[in-house]
Amino acid sequence: MTADEKRAQEETLRRVRASLARRYRSERRFRLFGLSSALLGLAFVAFLFVTIIGNGYTAFWQTQFKLDIYFDPAVIDPDGQADPQQLASANYRALIRDALQSELPDVSGRREMRELNRLISAGAEFDLRDEVVANVALIGSTRELWITADDEVDMLVKGHVERDEQGGARRLSDSQLRWIDALAADGRVEQRFNVNFFTRGDSRDPEQAGIAGAAKGSLFALLVTLVIAFPLGIAAAVYLEEFAPRNRWIDLVEVNINNLAAVPSIVFGLLGLSVFLNFFGLPRSAPLVGGLVLSLMTLPTIIIASRAAIKSVPPSVREAALGLGASQVQTVLHHVVPLAMPGMLTGAIIGMARALGESAPLLMIGMVAFIVEVPQSITDPATALPVQVFLWADSPERAFVERTSAATMVLLAFLLAMNAVAIWLRNKFERRW
Amino acid sequence: MASQRIGPGLKYSLNKAFLDCLRDIKTISFGGSTVLTTIRSAALTVCGVAVLLSVSGPAAAQAARDYISIVGSSTVYPFATVVAEQFGRSTAFKTPKIESTGSGGGLKLFCAGVGVEHPDITNSSRRIKSSEVELCASNGVAEIVEVKIGYDGIVLANSIDNKPYELSLKDVFLALAKDVPAPDGSERLVPNPYNTWNEVNPELPNTAIEVLGPPPTSGTRDAFAELAMEGGCKQFAWIKAIKSEDKSRYKGICHGVREDGRYVEAGENDNLIVNKLKANPDALGIFGFSFLDQNADVVQGSLIDGQKPEFEAIAEGIYPVSRSLYFYVKKAHIGAIPGIREYLAEFVSDKAMGDFGYLTERGLIPLPEAEYEAVAQAVRDLQPLNLAAN
Repeated sequence: MTADEKRAQEETLRRVRASLARRYRSERRFRLFGLSSALLGLAFVAFLFVTIIGNGYTAFWQTQFKLDIYFDPAVIDPDGQADPQQLASANYRALIRDALQSELPDVSGRREMRELNRLISAGAEFDLRDEVVANVALIGSTRELWITADDEVDMLVKGHVERDEQGGARRLSDSQLRWIDALAADGRVEQRFNVNFFTRGDSRDPEQAGIAGAAKGSLFALLVTLVIAFPLGIAAAVYLEEFAPRNRWIDLVEVNINNLAAVPSIVFGLLGLSVFLNFFGLPRSAPLVGGLVLSLMTLPTIIIASRAAIKSVPPSVREAALGLGASQVQTVLHHVVPLAMPGMLTGAIIGMARALGESAPLLMIGMVAFIVEVPQSITDPATALPVQVFLWADSPERAFVERTSAATMVLLAFLLAMNAVAIWLRNKFERRW
Repeated sequence: MASQRIGPGLKYSLNKAFLDCLRDIKTISFGGSTVLTTIRSAALTVCGVAVLLSVSGPAAAQAARDYISIVGSSTVYPFATVVAEQFGRSTAFKTPKIESTGSGGGLKLFCAGVGVEHPDITNSSRRIKSSEVELCASNGVAEIVEVKIGYDGIVLANSIDNKPYELSLKDVFLALAKDVPAPDGSERLVPNPYNTWNEVNPELPNTAIEVLGPPPTSGTRDAFAELAMEGGCKQFAWIKAIKSEDKSRYKGICHGVREDGRYVEAGENDNLIVNKLKANPDALGIFGFSFLDQNADVVQGSLIDGQKPEFEAIAEGIYPVSRSLYFYVKKAHIGAIPGIREYLAEFVSDKAMGDFGYLTERGLIPLPEAEYEAVAQAVRDLQPLNLAAN
């Protein structure tokens, strides 16, 4: 090695060494960027969960009063016949009022009685009615029952409303506050598990409102979506991937399927309105129509995912089957589709999870509505979970704030469950080559 | 209505057809089990589609409805739902279904025709227009019963951490209009130059103008533009003079809201506006009286032309920014759909719409005594609407 060469080599080495620190730095910086964006994303998710759970967890409990209800035959069954008609229309409010008054003997006068009345949920009397109609033997007896409190009381007990607010701004009067304190001192006020929230449909009284109607509506719509979109999507994917000739028409179909996956969901709602409601005359607000619209929306997602799954089946499997004398259809049905099934299922579930969170297409077909009855079939009027969140978020009563968050939690739980099923299916059936 | 008679049976036959089809699928058995799943799912689709097609088609129309279908204004929605729920609980009828579509959208659906697939009742935060009555008539909806249920005040509110504003309608117009009369007093329009309230009116505080309100799609925004903005706008005599020559230009001037960020469109969600006001004590928000009523511990209403937005002031019509709320009933459906008559009776009953009824607890401003009596009587007689008569 000549001196010149040696010098050149040293020069190169020197320059490399000089830049080395800078290169390491930029590498570290790059990794730091990646890490911080991942952390930022996580922080947003954590923030979302903390606010929603923090706002909403109290909705799973509901303030109730423990009262000794005397099922006075003179009030609910004056003729002693236990006639269901008579029992259904009796004045159960009076029973609750009497029980309350016996706890708070100092209440007197019409105005005070009205205020006392407002402590109790407007729906409580109907709960009592249902109990009596179901069990006639109750008449004449005294039972210690938990009676649902009004939402204003609930908010106060949960601390969502300031107690020391000026009289005008607080919605509960000073005497109402005094009565609640008296009942609480007696151990008669308690926050109990909010059964209504999980068993009822919508209501304008927050303490009576439940998520069951919306959850069932979502479930029905998704079942219709599954039944329609899953087989259609798989059939389309199998045809396009395994049987379709390569020509311009098929290219056009493929491009349009990919485009369809990017169409805003409200467009599918408009389509549903004009086709399913106006042309076919299917009922408004029904999960059947909701499911049809959502299946149109999910179909492209399922086709794309299924095609990817079919593509990932190695060609050697096909060749081996064909080599052993299987026909094209046998190859596809016996080998390719079963091997691609986990991927197809995952795609379908992810597509349906997206459909679960949609409210825009449901707006056009009348599923954004106030519906009290829990739907029993796919043709009954129903709402869906995201719609219920939207409707409650827009209600003026303070107690709906926590219920909105609670409904969001139910929606998230539904979503997580679906994703968990997708992951489980993938892990259980997936094969690697 | 003969074709609707088949209604109740339809659901049953639909379920039966689907079950039959499922049984057929179970009997399919050839090839390996892997084929079976695929065949089954394919057959399931065929089933679904076949059953759907068999029940659909315009001829099959729709199952007979045993519940009342209501559409319309989101402002009336909170009141109508309370009545509907009370009605559903206390009678043997099903609880009506209520969609919140907005007044205009509701009337369009309502006027689309007579038959079970069309709604029976539409709620409206404004009176029906003569063009809509004509649309109804052209689709066979001839007789409509109008029910005026009460009033709703629109409030400009701010956080209770600050002093209440004392505004005039003119202040509101000058602060929020897109173009305002030039500050030098000449009769020309300039783009709104005001940035703080005391520039609009020296008696107002020196805080930046920031108003959160509903977007143009909202009925509240329409009413606000019509009652508050136009109310201030027509105090300029030369603008008022434009009305007789060029009505649409007049409307453009008076209803145009500034778009430079001083008026923030906060979406249809009034709870959101209330929350933002809590966080920003200098801002004002526009929403319905019922939200002020429910959140009186957080926000307070501004005085407008010296009037506080209070229950009595709105009921007596002294508070300037208030509107009437209505609903409209399709007379042809009364008798055909069970429960409409009883729902009407519940709505106009003294315990709902009356002075101390449960609707007032939700923030509805009731009608004055005499007007209430007239409305209740008209509903009992099912008097059809006649726009020309009043």
